[in-house]
Amino acid sequence: MTLPRVTPRWVQPVTALRIAIIVTVLACWEALAASGLLYRDVVPSLVAIGKALFSLLTVPDMPAQIDINLHLFRINTAITIPAIYWHLYVTFYEIAFGMVIGCLGGLVVGIALGGSRLLRRAYEPLLYYLGPCPKIIFFPVMIMWFGVGPGSKVAMGAISCFFPVALNVAGGMREIDRVLIRVGRSFRANTWQMVTKIYLPAMRHPIINGVRIGLGVCLIGTLLAETKLSNSGVGFLVIQAYSLFNMPLMYALLIVLFVIAIGANALIGRLGGLDDIKRR
Amino acid sequence: MGHTPVMSAQAITKARWFPGVLGIGSFIGAVLLIELLIRVGLINRFIVPLPSDIVLAFPRVIIEEDVLSRFLLTAAEAFSASILVTIFGVAGGVLLYQYRLLREATETWVAAVAAAPLVLIYPLYLVIFGRNANTIVAMGFTAGLAPVILKTLEGLAGTRRVLINVGRSFNLTPSQQFWKILFPAALPTIFVGMRLGLIFALINIVGVEYLINFGGLGQLINELAERYDLAGTYVAISFVILISICVFFLTERLERWLRPVE
Repeated sequence: MTLPRVTPRWVQPVTALRIAIIVTVLACWEALAASGLLYRDVVPSLVAIGKALFSLLTVPDMPAQIDINLHLFRINTAITIPAIYWHLYVTFYEIAFGMVIGCLGGLVVGIALGGSRLLRRAYEPLLYYLGPCPKIIFFPVMIMWFGVGPGSKVAMGAISCFFPVALNVAGGMREIDRVLIRVGRSFRANTWQMVTKIYLPAMRHPIINGVRIGLGVCLIGTLLAETKLSNSGVGFLVIQAYSLFNMPLMYALLIVLFVIAIGANALIGRLGGLDDIKRR
Repeated sequence: MGHTPVMSAQAITKARWFPGVLGIGSFIGAVLLIELLIRVGLINRFIVPLPSDIVLAFPRVIIEEDVLSRFLLTAAEAFSASILVTIFGVAGGVLLYQYRLLREATETWVAAVAAAPLVLIYPLYLVIFGRNANTIVAMGFTAGLAPVILKTLEGLAGTRRVLINVGRSFNLTPSQQFWKILFPAALPTIFVGMRLGLIFALINIVGVEYLINFGGLGQLINELAERYDLAGTYVAISFVILISICVFFLTERLERWLRPVE
C-alpha cells in the first residue's frame, strides 16, 4: 500500500501564482520608486514604508499617564507610548459607540418594519432609498448638533450603520418560519418574549450580516469624519500625514487601517457563523 | 350599525393607497412638529433651521449657487467613473472567467478589496492627481471596480450548462461562444454589478467632493456649511438625497427590465 503523495502547499499552482503576483507587484512598485517617474516620495520604496510602519507601531513618542487605584496597591506612573495606539483607541471607541447606537436603532426599527405589513409598506421605501445616499453629506449637520468633538463622529458612525442593520433585520424578520411565530403565540408569549425567544434567535444570521455591513460603513463614516474635522483618531493621522507630505507614514497608516477593517469584517463573519453557512 | 365606523377604519388601513399616504403624512407631520418646536423655542433655530426657511431657500440656492452646473459636473464625474468601471470591471471579470487558475488565485483578493474602506485612500489620490476632478473620478473608479468584476464573473460562471452545450453542438468558435451565448446570458447579472458600481462610485464621488471641497454638489454642501448658511446646507443635502434616490430608482427599474422572466 502506498501513501498518497502530498504536494507542499507552496508548490500548488494557486499558491505559486499568488506568490508570483505578490512578488511581481512588489518588484514593480520598487522599480517605480527607484525610476523617479512620479513625483519624489509619491511612491516611496518598500523599505521606507516598512520603516515607517515599524516606527509607527513601536517607537514611543507620546507621553501617557497610567493611574490604577485598587484597594491593595496603586499605580501612578508616566510612560511614553507610540501615538498610534492612542489614536486607534479614540477611533475604536467612536466606532464602538456608533455601532451600538446604530445597531440598536436599526434592530428596533427593523423589527417594527418586519413585524407589521402596514409599517413596512409605509416606511421601508424611505429607508430603502435613503440607504444608498452618501452619509458623509450629513456631517455638517452632525457638527451643528453634536459639536466638533467625538460626538459628531459617533453620530456619523451611527447613521452609517443604522440603514444596513434596519433593512437586514426587516428582511430577516419576514423570512422567519411562520411555525415558530405560531408556536410562540400558542404559548401566549408577550411581545418581549416573542422578540427575545423567537425573533432574535431566528434572525441571527440576517442580524450578523447587517452588523457586518454596518461595521464596514460605520468605519468609513467615522474615519472620513475624522479626516474632515478632528484632532485625534486614525483618520486625523492620515490627513495629517498628507498635510506634511509624509507619504511612507500615510502608506503605513493605510496598511494598518485595511488590515483592521478586513480583519474585523472576517471576525464578525466567523463569530456569526456566516462562513459555516457558505461552506454547507 | 354600531360596527360601521370600525369597519370603515379597517377598510381605510387595508386600502392600497393608505401606506403611501401614511409614510408621506408622517414625514410632513414630523416636519410640521419640528417647525412648531423651533418656533416655541424648544429647538435652537441656530442649530436646526426652520423647515419653512429651508423650503424658501430652494429657489435662492438653485439660482445663486448654480445648482444645475454643479449637478452636471457631478454627473459628468460619475459618468466618467462609470465608463471606466464598466470597461475595466467587465474586462477583469471576463479575464478571471477565462483563466481558471487566475480566478482561484485572486477572487478572494477582489472580494477583500470590495469589503475594504477604499475611500480612505483619497489623500493618496490627492497627492498623485492633485486637487482636481481626476482625483474624484479615480476615487469613484476605485470604489466601483470590485463589484463589477465580481458580478461579471458570477454572471459568466452562472451561465446554464445547456446553453453552453447548444453553442458547442453548433461548433461555435470561442469568440462566437462568448458573444452569442455567454455574454448575453450573463448580461442581467453584469448589469447588477454595473448598478452597484455606479452607486458606489456616486457615493464616493459626492463624498470626496465634500471632503476636498472641489467639484459639484458635494462642494456646495461644504461651502454652504462653511458660510453657516444653515437653510442652504439643508437644501444642498436635500438635492444630493434626491439625486441619489432618482439614480437608485432608475437603475433599479432598468435592472428589473433586463432581468429574465423566471
